[in-house]
Amino acid sequence: MSASDPQSFTDFLPKTEGEPIFAEPWQAQAFALTVTLHKNGVFSWDEWAETLGAEIAKDKDANGVADGTNYYALWLGALERLVTHKGATSAADLAALKDAWKENYLATPHGQPIPEPRS
Amino acid sequence: MPHDSHDHDHTDPPSDLTLRVKALETALTRKGYVAPEAIDAVIDTFENKVGPRNGAKVVAKAWSDPDFKQRLLDDASAACAELGFAGQQGEQLKAVENTEDVHNMVVCTLCSCYPWPVLGLPPSWYKSHAYRSRSVIEPRAVLEEFGVSIHEEKEVRVWDSTAELRYLVLPARPDGTDGLSEDALADLVSRDSMIGTGVASAG
Repeated sequence: MSASDPQSFTDFLPKTEGEPIFAEPWQAQAFALTVTLHKNGVFSWDEWAETLGAEIAKDKDANGVADGTNYYALWLGALERLVTHKGATSAADLAALKDAWKENYLATPHGQPIPEPRS
Repeated sequence: MPHDSHDHDHTDPPSDLTLRVKALETALTRKGYVAPEAIDAVIDTFENKVGPRNGAKVVAKAWSDPDFKQRLLDDASAACAELGFAGQQGEQLKAVENTEDVHNMVVCTLCSCYPWPVLGLPPSWYKSHAYRSRSVIEPRAVLEEFGVSIHEEKEVRVWDSTAELRYLVLPARPDGTDGLSEDALADLVSRDSMIGTGVASAG
């Protein structure tokens, strides 16, 4: 990559310091979940950095985290991978819960709180 | 489609990413690995309590207090903890000083390790592939793009962060700032100057 590469990071350089640190609430949730799980001893920070680094490296071969915007999507993928690897939950449980949340949204009248899926 | 044409007997589900996070949080809460209140507390801390102003206070104190500066260069983790800025991941912090001969800049080539307690969360460009790969290959060209020209006789040192060791650049104190209070000095310290992609300036 050269300085004249059109995908230069300066294309999206925020020159101000006031940018929001999380673009969407789910990013903050995923971040905070990771910090909390580490604090509770579910994994070491080394293991986390290694897993996240591997997700990012894998993605670079495909589309690239060129602009940093899909960073938290990779973060989420890394977190799913690490907690299932650690046996804290399973991919099947996560898939089932995700479907259950979606169904509860669809079954809840607009404006009412969405109930948590039944365990 | 205008919102009011929707049926009101359901709620549109959020994005796939949001549903995945909710699934994780629900699964891990039920197994007792996390408490939702703890997650909210972390979000509050990072959105409201930590950020580059912490690092700016550290830099301003180092500029004003030679003893503190020495402690910062000897053991940055301990020096920052004196001001109440302590790490949560057990990582070590190292301060690297810009001098007449050396300009320092920080990158994490692996992912995005960053000194959270003093700088908050990294800006999006810090996480980009371009910055992570180019900073080590052609740091001067990268600095030029940030508007920072480093004299060719000056050495540019690039520090690659890891999970265990993060870096804080101690920028050079701008000329003409004698007699300023620590608070006034802190206002001159930008986030980028503490990553090394900027310099502190008197205005």
